[in-house]
Formats: sequence, C-alpha cells, structure tokens
Amino acid sequence: MDQESVLKQLTGIFRELFDDDSIELTSETTAADIAEWDSMNHVSLIVAVESRFGIKFQTAEVEDLKNVGDFVALVLKKSTQK
Amino acid sequence: MPWLPVCPDWSERLSILGKESTLEVWKNLVSLANTQLDFTQTTRLDRALRKRFESAPPEKLETRPIRLAVLGSSTVEHLLPGIRVGALRHNLWVETHTTDYSQYLPAILVPNSSLHTFKPDVILFIFEAAHFLGNEYRQRCSSSDVVVAETIGRIRELWAKAHEAFGCGIIMQTLLPIALPLMGNNEHRLPESPQRLIRVVNEQLRTAAIEAGVELLAMDEHAAEHGLGAWYNPVLWHKAKQEITPLATPLYGEYVARILATRQGRSSKCLVLDLDNTLWGGVIGDDGLDGIKLGQGSALGEAYLAIQRYARDLSRRGVILAVCSKNDEANAIAPFEKHPEMLLRRSDIACFVANWEDKATNIRRISQSLNIGLDAMVFLDDNPFERNLVRSELPMVAVPELPDEPALYPQRLAEASYFETLWVTEDDMQRARQYQENLARESLRASATDMESYLRSLEMELSWASFDRIGLTRITQLINKTNQFNLTTRRYTEDEVAALIENPLALTLQLRLVDRFGDNGIIGIVIGLKNGDTIDLDTWLMSCRVLGRGVEKATLNLVMEEARRLGAQRLRGTYLPTVKNGMVKTHYPGLGFRPTTSAIPNGEQWILELDTSEPLPIWLAVKKSE
Repeated sequence: MDQESVLKQLTGIFRELFDDDSIELTSETTAADIAEWDSMNHVSLIVAVESRFGIKFQTAEVEDLKNVGDFVALVLKKSTQK
Repeated sequence: MPWLPVCPDWSERLSILGKESTLEVWKNLVSLANTQLDFTQTTRLDRALRKRFESAPPEKLETRPIRLAVLGSSTVEHLLPGIRVGALRHNLWVETHTTDYSQYLPAILVPNSSLHTFKPDVILFIFEAAHFLGNEYRQRCSSSDVVVAETIGRIRELWAKAHEAFGCGIIMQTLLPIALPLMGNNEHRLPESPQRLIRVVNEQLRTAAIEAGVELLAMDEHAAEHGLGAWYNPVLWHKAKQEITPLATPLYGEYVARILATRQGRSSKCLVLDLDNTLWGGVIGDDGLDGIKLGQGSALGEAYLAIQRYARDLSRRGVILAVCSKNDEANAIAPFEKHPEMLLRRSDIACFVANWEDKATNIRRISQSLNIGLDAMVFLDDNPFERNLVRSELPMVAVPELPDEPALYPQRLAEASYFETLWVTEDDMQRARQYQENLARESLRASATDMESYLRSLEMELSWASFDRIGLTRITQLINKTNQFNLTTRRYTEDEVAALIENPLALTLQLRLVDRFGDNGIIGIVIGLKNGDTIDLDTWLMSCRVLGRGVEKATLNLVMEEARRLGAQRLRGTYLPTVKNGMVKTHYPGLGFRPTTSAIPNGEQWILELDTSEPLPIWLAVKKSE
C-alpha cells in the first residue's frame, strides 16, 4: 500500500460518509475545505477509517492531524505496524 | 445485525432510488434498511431518507409518525441516524429533536423552548452514570443507599416533569456500566464502589420504571451480551463525549426502534417453523423416526432440543407457533406424536401445514387461518433457498439468516428480537392455548349442520363492564395493536383511557368471551362519546379470534342499552378505512345502521335511531361482570 492508494481509499470514505461524489482529496485538504467536515463528523471519519483499514488510532495521534496528508501518513504508519 | 441478509448490490440499489417522496420509494428504503449495514452505510441511508422524507412521511404510510426527542447529559446527535434508520427498518417514520449539549432540563421546564414547539410523542433519556453518581470514588458521608435513593428520586422527578409537560411516552436508557472495579470479583462488598452503585441504580430503575409506566432501553444487559467494549470507547468519550461509539450506533438505533415499534403494536406474533434440519437433524421422510437426530445423548440432538425449548418458551409467553414444511403430512406429524424426545407436541402448534407446495403460498395460508397479518410472522428455516424465496415473495415476513451451526439458532432468533413486547398480560399467557381452542371450534363448525345450532353449541357467555382500573393495561394494549377489526384505528395512551373512566359523557365497554373451549379474554372494546342526543362511536374494535359468532350483534345490543341509559336518541358510527381494516367496511350497515347524508373526509358515517331499533337476535348469554 502506498500514499496514492491510501489517498484514493480515503477519498472513497469521504465521498460515502459526506454523500458528495465531487470530493477530491489532496495532501493539503483540511477540514476548512469540506463543508460537512465538522467536529462530530470528524469522529465518524476516524472511526470509519479505523474499521476500513483495520487499525486503531491513539488519542494523541488523532489530535495531531492537520490535513489529509497527515491522515494518509498516519494510516500508512499504522498499517505497516500491524 | 447478523440476522439480516447481506445485500451485495446495496450501493447500486441506493443510487438508483427514485427521488420522489412516494410510498414506493419509501418501501425501497425500508428494504435497504433490512440488510446488514455498517455505520457508514447507515449514515448514507439516513441521508437518502432525509432527502426524501425530511419533513413528512409518505402518504398512506400505515404506521403513525413519531416525534422523538433524544435528551441526555452527553453527546447524542451521533445516535440519530442509527435511530432513524432503525425506525425505517420497522416501517416507522421518525422526526428527531435534540437540545444543546446537556440542556435537557431547561428544555423541559421552560415553556417556550424549542422542545415545547416540537411537542414530542416520545422522549428518550440517555445519561452517563457519572452525571448522577459523580466520576470518582468517595467514601461518602451519607450511606450508599441514600445516594442511590437520591438518584432514583431525581430520575423519577424528571420523568414526572416530562410527562406533565408533554403527556408523552418515555424511554429511559439504563446506565452503561463503565465504572472500573476497585476490588474485583467481590466488588459488592464495597458499598460506595462506583461499579456497584451503577448496578444498584440499574436494578432500582426497573421497579421505578414499572411504577411510572416508563419503558427501559436495557443497555446494561446489552453491554453484558456484547461486552462493554462493543459500545464504549474511552478515546471517543474523551474526544467527543460520545458514550456510545459511532460503530455501534446502527445496533443502538435498532434497539430504540424496537421499543418504538412495539409501542405501536408492531411486533411479530407468530413463529413459523420449518421441520427437517430446523427442529431436528436429518430428513424425516428419508431417515425415519429412529434416524433423525434429536434429543439427549448426541451434541447435535441436544442442539435441536434447545431450539424446540426456546420456541416452546416463546409460545408459553404468548407467541403463536406454526409449522410450514415440505413433507407428506403423515411423515411430518409423526415425530410430534411418536418421537419420545420431542419437546414440541402437536398441541403446541396452532397451525400445521405440511405439503409440497411452495412455502410462500403456505405461509399465506397460515396467516389466513390464524388471522394474523403477514407482517407479524417470522419464518425460521435452515435452507437459504427457502429463505430467499419467502423474502422475495413476501417481503413483509421476517426471515432471519441462520448460521450453519444449529446450536446457534436460538441465540440468533433472540438477537433479532422479533417478538419484543412491553407488557405481558394474563391474556398473552393464554393466547397460544386460545388459538388451539379455535382449531377445536373450527372442527366443531364442520360437524354442526347450521350456523345457529353451531353458535348455540359453543355455549358462549359474553361478560361486560365499563372501563375500570383493572382492565386498563389490556384495554390500552388492544386499542394500540388491533388493526383489522377496528372501525377507526384511533390509538390512545393509558392516561387517555384512564380519563374515560371518570368521564360522565363516555360510554365505555370492555367485553370478555368465555365458551366451552375456554376463556378468550377481553375481545372487544367500544368507546362512545355523548354529543347532544347522539352517541358518537369513537372506537369499536374486536379481536379477530371471535369473528362470525354474533358477538358484534350482542355488543350492539349492549351499546343501545347503555346509550338509552345515558339519555341518547341515536348512535353515530364512523368507519375510517386503512389498508388493514377492509373487513369492517360493512360493519355498520350490516348491523342495520343507515347512511348519513353528510359526508366526512377520509371516511363514512352511519346512523341508528334508538327509538325504532329492536335488540338483535343472539345466541349467547350476556351478563354484567361484577
């Protein structure tokens, strides 16, 4: 699994969860760029990503996320640790 | 929700759904909700649902719309999609409302709050244990008994205030047992232990809820069943104050929806059982009586015994059992009559159908002969082909997916909780027997030469009374679940029914029927309201079990007597058609009422003048009960 494929899968999860097929994620995308991405949906997003990739994030890891690029890197790191 | 089938083309079916807010689109949404969904799919389905039915249910939806307020002391918004989709699964349209974070008390107490504008029919209360008990262990100055009593007192007061403000139904979630042990296995020896306090509060909530007429959402039991970790994730609690993890919200919503559905009388009533490889191992037609696997001595035989035991326990609590099997009838019945290890006997089965026709046709037949709607039937069959056939032919019949291992069948059936119920009355306990007795009556009808002598031979006695406190629960239950023989399908809460007891302008009747085969329990309810010199028959409903026996005529005679006693000149009957009550379309004209000249919207009205009407001939004894 590489950055590109994680980004593609994340895009799929975002589109399903926010019901918006026009969402295109890049490493620089932040919550400010996507209307539906509020604090409540952020938790749903984390949980959806955890269950899709079969990983568990730690409290501190989730707090440090600044943009989608961080998110992709974290997923890659946790997936290789499995 | 492993009892629901997996749907491989779910996303495609969601994407081709019509955009209109019609009943047909609604039904497609219901069918999508009745498949295995993870939490992302639940969120997507909820969006699709709200796009089409945000502000109103589809026209002609047969269930009552529900306004549900979800009030709690921590985050509850994330529970709403699961609740709405859960309700959808049960064919219920729910509008939800919440308050700002933890603002449940001002919402109830302040008369112009948005909750008051919303006017909830039902409030679901959700509190985390720390909200009442604090989140740390203290050696308290007051005894732990006092702490528990204070907590229960606060909760009861909250229920009372909510009920007073809205007259609504109340569902109370029990406390999720998230406190950690301080001692271990013998935690109960530390009176102030948070873990012990939660347990004691949850126990006492049971008693309090019975007394207050409140329904419980037993999350403590569900935590014991699935493990606390399935529901509660400390990471998400600290991050978002979500006591229930989003992953578990579809199942949480299903539990809430079951209570909402049951409040409308929409739970299943009849369990239809396949035989070969469902109630015993092997094929009776091939393996014979001594070849099938059943009973003590083999693990597999005991597993099938456990299924039979669970079915029998359900029937003892009021669920009707039926058999639907592809077999020669003589072969199918043989184990029930001759196999020494069989727990279920022929007399436990209210309707026994064994032939070579397809199962959908046979289930329809069972539904007709027992007078139970198809949407109140559950079909248990080990064979995936038969399950799929029945699902596609009769989508309203509940058909649980079964694992390959028969030892797990009872648990699967229990998880699906099709027979969820809120109260058990004496009548429920007797119902299975009553259906049995009905079969005996049917065979007598076949032998009697004409209707009149048949009715006489039943030795029926109709005993009646006005509404009273003792009958309140059963009366309310009948009002809220009778769909077919129900002229107006008006539903009332227990409080509303209780108010009729004192109302001098109300004519109320509860009717009980006993015959030579047994006591049928309360089988009829009439509510009339005096309006000038006319009694308006607001409600007239009867149990379908007693149809065709002249009970309607005897009831009309009673209504006429009571109406005269109240000084009325005429009766006015109303018929409001629904998809289910076509059988009573000609009820009033059949009893001699004449049509009115004035029309009402959505229905018909009929008049009977009392001074020109004679009592109708009947063949049953009528007496007023003491």
